[in-house]
Amino acid sequence: MSGAQIAIVPNPGPAQQSSLLIDNEHAFAVARFLRDDPTLRLDFCSNVTGVDWLDRVVKKTVKMKRLVDGEEKEVDETTEEKIPGYLEAVYHLYSMTHKHGPVIIRIRTRDRGHPDLRRILMWDEFVDYPMRKDYREPDDYEWEPTPHDEVLEKAKRHYTQRPELDGAEKITAGGDALNR
Amino acid sequence: MSATVQTLEAIERPPVSMGSRLEGELLEVSMGPQHPSTHGVFRMNVALEGEVVRKLKPVFGYLHRNHEKLGENMSYLGSMPYTDRLDYFCSMTNNWAYALSVEKLAGIKVPERAEYLRVILAELTRLQNHASLLGFLLNDMGAWGTPLMYAFREREKILDLFESLSGSRMMCDYMRFGGCRCDTPPGWMERAKQIVDRFPHFIDDLEQLVVGNEVVIGRTQNVGILSPDLAINAGIAGPMLRASGVNYDIRKVDGYGFYPRFKFRIPLGEHGDTYDRLMMRVLEMRESLSILKQAFEQIQPGPIMNPKVKIRAFRPPVGEAYGRIEGPKGELGFYLISDGGQNPYRYRVRPPSFVNLTVLEDLCLGHTVADVMVILGSVDIVMGEVDR
Repeated sequence: MSGAQIAIVPNPGPAQQSSLLIDNEHAFAVARFLRDDPTLRLDFCSNVTGVDWLDRVVKKTVKMKRLVDGEEKEVDETTEEKIPGYLEAVYHLYSMTHKHGPVIIRIRTRDRGHPDLRRILMWDEFVDYPMRKDYREPDDYEWEPTPHDEVLEKAKRHYTQRPELDGAEKITAGGDALNR
Repeated sequence: MSATVQTLEAIERPPVSMGSRLEGELLEVSMGPQHPSTHGVFRMNVALEGEVVRKLKPVFGYLHRNHEKLGENMSYLGSMPYTDRLDYFCSMTNNWAYALSVEKLAGIKVPERAEYLRVILAELTRLQNHASLLGFLLNDMGAWGTPLMYAFREREKILDLFESLSGSRMMCDYMRFGGCRCDTPPGWMERAKQIVDRFPHFIDDLEQLVVGNEVVIGRTQNVGILSPDLAINAGIAGPMLRASGVNYDIRKVDGYGFYPRFKFRIPLGEHGDTYDRLMMRVLEMRESLSILKQAFEQIQPGPIMNPKVKIRAFRPPVGEAYGRIEGPKGELGFYLISDGGQNPYRYRVRPPSFVNLTVLEDLCLGHTVADVMVILGSVDIVMGEVDR
């Protein structure tokens, strides 16, 4: 696989579970290689996780196993990108992640090609992403239907710092599930 | 002159051909979230052609309470009681999976007696979970009440044990990083042994009821077949994966806790249908009993907590860890990232019920609405864990 940049990221903790860092352009090809290579055959995607770092680099960790005659190997595949939007690599390779839209959108990513992306968390008008580290609890809704005075000031501070949205917030909870 | 003779059966019930249906018209039905057979607030949007399922979309989230966010905003110890609420049938195994992850994260050793206690409690949890599942499944098939009550009778005995040990029947909050919260009270182990010794009678009765029962066979065999290829590709784990013939049990693969010290077999299915998934639970209960008997023989007095562990103001070193166990429903994992603070930077739960549920449509297509209930029952879900 020419041009792919792969680095081993050591784990400083006692767990000693290291990761592979794969560049975004080759994430799909590397993931497919890991799954299909006859010697590796990492065909079992155990878990997909999004982690929101404060510097906006989103890290994806994929636990992959090999299920052949009880033998197993484990690889953490980690992909970093300044603007998240690469998760199609696992969508198209593993059935599990085809249906994992709710997991991913909690972090807010630009998910390209996901066939059934949904928000499961909140009502339709809710636009933030609680699993992000820059999430701030709403200031106004609990006390005032129409914020004013101190509450209004808090609400202004809150909404001016809201991150730029990318359209994913318009996806509603399974309302159109049969018509995809 | 000839006369056509028709049987009474043919006159009363003329055969229905495919051509008599209104082709192309699908009826959309929203099953749940309030529905007695969806095992909680679970909703399925189903497109039906007559009685046959042509499309099915699971809708999750009605029991969502942002468990992972809560975990990231409280101390490591503070999350332990919340893990009880994931799969509320199996709080002991939830506790263990979380404790194991934190122990990996911080490099904590567990005393021998605590490891044995964990195995005992996990296998007791597996027994009561599988017994309940079988009761519920038979309930879904129309055996209203009786099998479920028989299953719950056995479950109650185990819950009594949990209560006398932890103070709570279901929300046990029993395990800690580096061991367990308290040792067993006097006489507890003898009571547990008695329950384990008598449990095979229940399994025999249940097996006799299930294995050759015409209705059970008719409702479950060749219904909801999960191929091994799809099971692996979809990340299915636990009894559901093994019912499809895939030999994968984390107790064997990881050998966490003291499981390598016990002799037990991994039952495997052949067809991957609902019947295999049902029988998988019966066979696994027998193996759990075998593990329990060995554990009762091997366990010795000793400390149950690692004295070096600082429970309060606990700060694991910077790093990350993924710990997992073979829960009764499948692989239950916790992925934790520590930045050196008192709260985890990332707290992620890998729930078996949720992942196992993602292939529900594949299992149900082409079957009838009544089959959907049975298939869903055989997946074994708890919505507290699915929605988190």
